[in-house]
Amino acid sequence: VSQETSNRPAWKVGDELKVQTLPPITRLQLIKYAGASGDFNPIHTIDAAAEEAGLPGIIAHGMLTLATMGLLFSPYLEDGYVKELKARFSGMVFLGDELSIGGRVLDAVDYDEGSLYTFEVSARKGEDVVASGTVGFVVFGG
Amino acid sequence: VNVIELWRSLVGERSESVVNLVERGAVRKFAEAIGDPSPLYADEETAKRSRYDGLIAPPTFPRTFEYGRIQDMYWPEAGMIHGEHCVSYEHGPLKVGDEVHCYTEFKSYDEKESRGGLLGFIALERFGEGPGRERLFTMSDNVIVTPALRRKLGA
Repeated sequence: VSQETSNRPAWKVGDELKVQTLPPITRLQLIKYAGASGDFNPIHTIDAAAEEAGLPGIIAHGMLTLATMGLLFSPYLEDGYVKELKARFSGMVFLGDELSIGGRVLDAVDYDEGSLYTFEVSARKGEDVVASGTVGFVVFGG
Repeated sequence: VNVIELWRSLVGERSESVVNLVERGAVRKFAEAIGDPSPLYADEETAKRSRYDGLIAPPTFPRTFEYGRIQDMYWPEAGMIHGEHCVSYEHGPLKVGDEVHCYTEFKSYDEKESRGGLLGFIALERFGEGPGRERLFTMSDNVIVTPALRRKLGA
C-alpha cells in the first residue's frame, strides 16, 4: 500500500508564510509573460514605448506581480486552492528589481468545503510595497 | 462623443459571451512565465494522481481569456493604469480541458478629485461559466484614467 505523504497545512491566525525573494525581473520574462497572457502593451517590453509614456524604462505587468504572489501557495495545491486573490497595485516594477513576496494569516474559518484561511499578502522591492491585498485559501476538508 | 460621457452611458452593459478552452500548452507556458514550478500546472502524471485528476490552471490564468466586446466600448491604446484586481472561484481551480463561457460587464465609471486633477475610475467585471452556465469565477478590475489621459481624450 503506497502512502502519499501530505503536508496538509493547518495555520493559525498570525502565522507567517516564509518570505520568498524572486530572481531579478528580466526583459525575457516580460516578453514571455506578454506572450503567455496576451497583454502586449508595449510599455512592458519596448524601451521607446515606455519612454514615450513618460516612464524611465519598461515596467513589469501588474498582473505578473500579482501572479507571483500566487507562488506563496503553490506548495499547498495538493491540499487546497486559491479561492480568492485580491490586490491593489501601488508601485512600479522595473527591470532588475528583486521582489519579495510574503503573507500572514488574518483569519481562519471552517465551512462546507473545508477550512478557509484569509491571508494578507504583499510584494515588495526593498521597503516599497508594489502590490498588496488578500488571498483566500481553502484547505479541503477530510 | 465625449469619451467620459460614453463610459457613463455604458454602465451596466455586457458583452456577448465567448467560449474559451483551458488549453494544456497555454497553461504550461503561463506557469513558466510566472515562474511557478507547481507540477499540477505542467506534469500530467503528478496531476493525474492528485485530487484534481488532471492538470489545473494558476489563479490568475482567466486573465488570458477572451471576454467578448461591449458594444461601443472605447479603450485608449495607452495610458490606462491598472489599479486593482480580484479573482474569485466558486468551487475550485480551473482544469485543463474546461470549456469556459466568458463575458464582461462595464460596472461603473466614477471620478475623484486629486492633487493632480480629476481622476477617473473604470470598474469592469468578467465572468466565467461552465457548460451548464454555472458560475466558475468572477474577476474584477479597477482601471485609473489619469488627469493627463483625460486631457488627451479631450475630456
